[in-house]
Amino acid sequence: MGAIGFKFVVFIVAALLVIVSSLLMTTRKNPIHSALWMIVTFFAMAVIYLLLNAQFIAVAQIMVYAGAIMMLILFVIMMVSLDNGAQEQKRFPMAMGTRLSWALVVVVLLVELMFAALFYQATAKVGSYPAEAVASLGNAKTMGMLLYGKYIFPFEIASILLLVGIIGAVVLSRKNK
Amino acid sequence: MLQEIPTSYCYLLSAIVFIIGAVGAITRKNAIVIFMSIELMLNSVNLVFISSGNAFASMDGSIFVFFVMTVAAVEAAVGLAIFVMLFRMKGTVNADEASLMKG
Repeated sequence: MGAIGFKFVVFIVAALLVIVSSLLMTTRKNPIHSALWMIVTFFAMAVIYLLLNAQFIAVAQIMVYAGAIMMLILFVIMMVSLDNGAQEQKRFPMAMGTRLSWALVVVVLLVELMFAALFYQATAKVGSYPAEAVASLGNAKTMGMLLYGKYIFPFEIASILLLVGIIGAVVLSRKNK
Repeated sequence: MLQEIPTSYCYLLSAIVFIIGAVGAITRKNAIVIFMSIELMLNSVNLVFISSGNAFASMDGSIFVFFVMTVAAVEAAVGLAIFVMLFRMKGTVNADEASLMKG
């Protein structure tokens, strides 16, 4: 009983941390602060993945998102961002009021999503990888066997996509002649 | 195994985080912050995949999240290269200044 309560408490704390840090991420004026709060969000999300028995994805989340992508974003912010965009308020075609009204339209979507999340009816078949079976073999090993077995073709396509991304980034950021 | 987290709670959290990301992507002007908001939306979708895969005893959720992460990494590389190029052309990464296509 104690262990059950503990797991749930960890989930609630991590969920609150995700919500608060993502709110702070979208509201900070300084983009560096936004990026740092984003890293907090990614770590809290990784904790939730751990609670949901996805250990490999949790580690990949920390390494790929919090490690690689956020470092890249921080470097680009340091290279690029001189102004906060605060002083040129006048000549923007789309006013802040317009943006906020569209954001309110999106919040209506939140209410619909919440109803869907609370009153959905699951109709999927139960798969063949229960948590105990995966844990006996190891989460990463199961993932690897699936990735290099059943999903080998999407895996190869993903590697080609990464190659295209590397070449595209080099071509885009090259100095113009 | 211990008792699971209720799946509805994960869906609720995912909905909230997705909307925070969407509102951020609409209301912010800095292109890099817009990009981070889009990453946040991708992350909330990943949460739905993981919790559904956990609820239905399937590994497909984790596999799909792996591919979403790959696409997000490629998107980060190309998107940030575009921001660097935009900064060279315009001297700012304000999304409203990037109106070459009269959007």
